[in-house]
Amino acid sequence: MTCICNWWNDLMSNPIWFYLIATILKLVLMFAVILAFVVLSVWIERRVAGWIQDRPGPNRAGLPLFLLERFGSKQKQPLKDVLHFFGIPETSWIAKLCTWLRFDREIPTFGLIQPCLDGGKLFLKQEFTPSYVRKAYFIVAPMLVLGPPMVAAAVIPFASSVETAYGTISMCVANLGIGPLWIFAVSGLSVYGLTLAGWSSNSKFPFLGGLRATAQLISYEVSMGLSVIPLLMMFGTLNLQEIVQFQADNGWTLLPLWGEGLSLQRWAMLAPLALSFLIFVTCVFAEANRTPFDMAECETDLVGGYHTEYSSMKFASFFMGEYAAMVIGSAIVVTLFLGGWSIGFGADAWVAAHCGPWWAVTAQFCMFLIKLLAFIFFFVWVRWTLPRFRWDQVMKLGWLVFLELAVANIFLAAAVMYFIQ
Amino acid sequence: MAYISVKRPKFSLLDRLYVVELVKGLGITFKHLALSLVGKSRGKGDFSKEGVGVCMQFPEERWDARLPEYYRGAPTLVRGEDGRERCVSCQLCEFICPARAIKVTPGSVDENSSCAKQEKAPAEFEIDMLRCIYCGMCQEVCPEQAIFLSKEYLITPQDRKDAVRNKETLYRLGGTRKGLVNKWNQYK
Repeated sequence: MTCICNWWNDLMSNPIWFYLIATILKLVLMFAVILAFVVLSVWIERRVAGWIQDRPGPNRAGLPLFLLERFGSKQKQPLKDVLHFFGIPETSWIAKLCTWLRFDREIPTFGLIQPCLDGGKLFLKQEFTPSYVRKAYFIVAPMLVLGPPMVAAAVIPFASSVETAYGTISMCVANLGIGPLWIFAVSGLSVYGLTLAGWSSNSKFPFLGGLRATAQLISYEVSMGLSVIPLLMMFGTLNLQEIVQFQADNGWTLLPLWGEGLSLQRWAMLAPLALSFLIFVTCVFAEANRTPFDMAECETDLVGGYHTEYSSMKFASFFMGEYAAMVIGSAIVVTLFLGGWSIGFGADAWVAAHCGPWWAVTAQFCMFLIKLLAFIFFFVWVRWTLPRFRWDQVMKLGWLVFLELAVANIFLAAAVMYFIQ
Repeated sequence: MAYISVKRPKFSLLDRLYVVELVKGLGITFKHLALSLVGKSRGKGDFSKEGVGVCMQFPEERWDARLPEYYRGAPTLVRGEDGRERCVSCQLCEFICPARAIKVTPGSVDENSSCAKQEKAPAEFEIDMLRCIYCGMCQEVCPEQAIFLSKEYLITPQDRKDAVRNKETLYRLGGTRKGLVNKWNQYK
């Protein structure tokens, strides 16, 4: 035992090993969170779509109890036995609640495992590759769509840092000094996947979809980059961990209610920042290819868009890539505008001082996930509210409205920062 | 050619800014979401007893009581009030069936029976429920009012052979219809 402890001590005292192990742990955590959220956001999407359209959405997919019979159980309704075992009468509210939750028929999952089952179904489907496609690019394209969002996630901080006996762990996979730039650069790469998919499919509609994806991404990437400049002017740094720390100390970008956030300048800054938020969120929608900007795969004019010719797991990777882009988009909006992992109202420092750093990190991580979920809900909510724009409207909005607004916004922010002290 | 000129609505600046309309739209969808969640969706009425939205939870709640008279379910063969099997094996349904689901094997009628005059009756009558499209043309074309579409809609065969319904099954499902078809009565 001591031998293992000593070995572990020696290992972690070596800064390289410490860095490596901590990074791998963070990497696994981040990867797991994103994949779990991809699945979860599919479920949220379908449930919320259902509720908005006055229907339940996927609410079944429980594990039916008749499977027990197949495995040799003689009992048809184990619920009755369980109730009897605990001495609960069958007419009590507990029994009624259990029946309402379908415990007598199945182990309920509220449709949560529906996306997993869909994934399993896609995995078992026939992998059909048309004879006329360009094979190499056709195979590479789905990977290029799924990869970039995962890589972009590396710089997103999901909690503050922790002092351990061996050194400080900053709770983001790569604490780069160029956070937002890294995200723009890498998530921009995912359009190569869409374009390659469209081109290598060697048929009309996928090709048009790929073209549209390219044009749309280029148009909105410009305004997206310009729209965050007022924020960066205020934060004075490009390091996302420091940006969130600034927000934890001085009020979230859009909620300056504590610390230095109560100054007149910060409140005057709200105008350009709100405009930034509007432009940035719209651009994130466009980047993630979500309705109302899903021009690249709009069924009404392009069949399935760039993934028309894809099937089975290749299609599933497009699907997952799309949702991963949505999750990462939400994460970056939350990080830049809604305080990232910060609990708010100065609670971060209080928790760290009174409950210890590990509790603080856990609370911050949970806060980050809650904010992420809320924003994913917003994504879905917008999708089921707005109809799709026409293609020329999308281009016009990008080049003639948002670009000008974003540039003007920079000057507005500069004026506010210069004149109001 | 006469034409109607449609006047495009003039949008105010506020409308064209899109933001206000966007928020209004979000409000509408959120109202639907909230009402769904508390189980008070608009137009729900007595449609579904419990649960979310204006949906029947199918295997538990069923549409059966509301099926209209003209509902087209699985086709069946019927007997008359006198117990005579109405089909005379003319095969019109077989020929009209657009999905070619029906297969009639003609046979003869026992000479001593009360309806010996009709001469023919199906020796076997098969409907492949995997082919049937419930169009109701067989019912329409039948000169003997022998084939009717029932209200049965839950058809779950275990395999392809199971999906083919034979004469016995069809008569069992069809039952008896009111009203006599007297033309095959030998005393008429």
